[in-house]
Amino acid sequence: MARLIITKTPKVYVGGAFIRSESGRTFPLKDSLGAFVGHVPQCTRKDLRNAVEAAARAGVGWARRTAFNRSQILYRLAEMMEARATELAETIMLGGTAAAAAKAEVSASVDRLIYYAGWADKFEQVLGNVNPVSGPYFNFTVTEPMGVIGLIAPHEAPLLALVSLFAPAIVSGNAVVALASEAQPYPAIILGEMLATSDLPGGVVNLLTGYRKELLPTFATHQHFRGIGGVANADERKLLQSGAAESIKRVKLTPAEDHFDWMADAAQSLYAIRDWLEFKTTWHPIGS
Amino acid sequence: MPARPAARRTTRPARPAPELSFGDLWTFDPAPETADPKLRQRYDLFIDGKFSAPVSGTYFPSINPANEKTLAQIALAASTDVDLAFAAATRAFPAWSRLHGSERGKYLYRIARLLQDRAREFAVAETLDGGKPIKESRDFDVPMAAAHFFYHAGWADKLEYAFPGARAWKPHGVVGQVIPWNFPLLMLAWKLAPALATGNTVVLKPAETTSITALKLAEILLEADLPPGVVNFVTGAGEVGAAVVNHPAAAKIAFTGSTEVGKKIMRASAGSGKKLTLELGGKAANIVFEDAPIDQAVEGVVNGIFFNQGHVCCAGSRLLVQEGVAEVVLAKLKNRIRVLRVGDPIDKNTDIGAINSREQLDKIRRLVNIGVKDGAELYQPPCKLPEKGFYFRPTILSGVQQSHRVAREEIFGPVLSILTFRTVEEAIEKANNTAYGLSAGVWTDKGSRILKMSTELKAGVVWANTYNRFDPASPFGGYKESGFGREGGRHGLADYVQLH
Repeated sequence: MARLIITKTPKVYVGGAFIRSESGRTFPLKDSLGAFVGHVPQCTRKDLRNAVEAAARAGVGWARRTAFNRSQILYRLAEMMEARATELAETIMLGGTAAAAAKAEVSASVDRLIYYAGWADKFEQVLGNVNPVSGPYFNFTVTEPMGVIGLIAPHEAPLLALVSLFAPAIVSGNAVVALASEAQPYPAIILGEMLATSDLPGGVVNLLTGYRKELLPTFATHQHFRGIGGVANADERKLLQSGAAESIKRVKLTPAEDHFDWMADAAQSLYAIRDWLEFKTTWHPIGS
Repeated sequence: MPARPAARRTTRPARPAPELSFGDLWTFDPAPETADPKLRQRYDLFIDGKFSAPVSGTYFPSINPANEKTLAQIALAASTDVDLAFAAATRAFPAWSRLHGSERGKYLYRIARLLQDRAREFAVAETLDGGKPIKESRDFDVPMAAAHFFYHAGWADKLEYAFPGARAWKPHGVVGQVIPWNFPLLMLAWKLAPALATGNTVVLKPAETTSITALKLAEILLEADLPPGVVNFVTGAGEVGAAVVNHPAAAKIAFTGSTEVGKKIMRASAGSGKKLTLELGGKAANIVFEDAPIDQAVEGVVNGIFFNQGHVCCAGSRLLVQEGVAEVVLAKLKNRIRVLRVGDPIDKNTDIGAINSREQLDKIRRLVNIGVKDGAELYQPPCKLPEKGFYFRPTILSGVQQSHRVAREEIFGPVLSILTFRTVEEAIEKANNTAYGLSAGVWTDKGSRILKMSTELKAGVVWANTYNRFDPASPFGGYKESGFGREGGRHGLADYVQLH
């Protein structure tokens, strides 16, 4: 007799826990052939606010970790993903991506984490500076993480784009609340399970699934976001930027209409880390 | 050796040093700086390498805030003039951005040198137009402006070292810049020098009360033979600024001014794709610990708030003083500000000059009244103020609480709010309890505490045992609602290029 398999209830990873939306709302996820996969949480503004709170709490400790420790944790996340690469590829194939392309996306996502893991204890050496001022001061500029960053993942490259967005933000000590691909949310659901087993403190990366239209206004105006990034169309960019003005958030958005190639070399850069850094300059006296 | 009898081991009670206060016993002879500012009666717009009358034919007066006399008539730009300026900058961009960096650098070196040649003339013009003491415009504003051009000149042909590993970088195109009235020439240098070094062209609007030194600098740009259209100046008030930042030909906007206007600019440019840098307001904490060299700290606190009449976005307007020394610091501060000379900015002995405008003076008065009403204790020295012009006595508000408006809002005047704290943690908490994050000061004898404070303070610039120091090599800019982007140093260059 054929055994009936146990299907997984999709849950999102927020504050180090796997949750359904506080509203109890879900939306049905179907694969590219129209077959039912599961009910994905339709996260609400309240879920988003809770996630921001979790990120703000976790971010303080995360930023205090040593750079070497952050480096190893990002590497550990890559290890977790590599071990479950086949499963991750299957989540991408749900959206109709061919097997080879899905596999390539998973490999690129793992490699992207390795790229940023390596930067953790080096970007400061490239981006920081000692400044030769005219006076008896040791003047130096160091980087600091901004705090909580909101990220909007594009519809396409549901795993690779998401990883490419959050890795350069967290590597410096920021905490992230990311909205997963609306069209293909399932890879983010499974990625959450890898985040949970990667030694990354709960709350540093929070992944929400749901509707952009419903959640973007809160991303734009929530005062605790210090930065907003990701991929947005023209209307969404206007919405996010004007909302950001209320608390002078830093906004770095890629136009959706550019169809950015996440597989390209240009999709990983030291300057993506720089996007989520503040620079602090200290004038330290020299003297006895 | 036998111990000395205990009775002899008396320590002198801690008593403040005797005051040296001569009041009005002697008056100083006037010592005005007499260099000729070489002002014109009328200043036109500077567009496409030429001075040209505004299309409307309208001019507005720029007055000397020290005596309310008109100094010159300034052209009022209309949107058509702003269009012409952007058209000129757009035409100039291809050649300027393609020009070899070493040649762009030479133009900037020329500008620096020509400004040094005419330094005293510019200092007098700056003081007459803005009201700041001549000793500040002479020893700070003008030399620092020249230094900014000189520093950035050297970057122009070395930019590949500024952005290590970048796949590509290129200038934005035409940059629209709007600057404030507190450091008219210096802010202009901060804006122009990095923009030009990286190959952008510029349309800049000076503040309406302080346009003169920008237009005098246009004379220098002509003397330097800068290609027409690379730099354009349009003058006027807020509407002209709005026309600059909202202009479709502006690829990037750089603004220095109030947080309120910064937010407006951000909203207005939303969805436009324009790059933005904002250097906005501040409410900096200047933190004095018990182990600080107290006399040096008092001097630094005075410089931190009364420099340029407190018209400084990074002014140390909130003094946080540790309880054990609060009384002695307050006493010494009162002594110190009693001997500050408030008066004619052009006098070489003047410490505090004129408030930039009547509107600003009214705003300072209003906020100080609110401070007193909220329960702060007011101290102002009994100095005489000139009869004409806009002046405000150096002011200390003690016993201020975190919730008071004078502890939260930027006053932008010579007004110091004093709060106290007990522990390092409390100092950090109070210092960071603000929407702003531009700068902070720390006074302590302990190097490790300086670094601890610097790590914890959410501010773009932290001064330790000093305050209000600037250098072209030192990046300047804010956290949080004090804006984003940096000016100066290697970091300031990145905001003027597109990095890939």
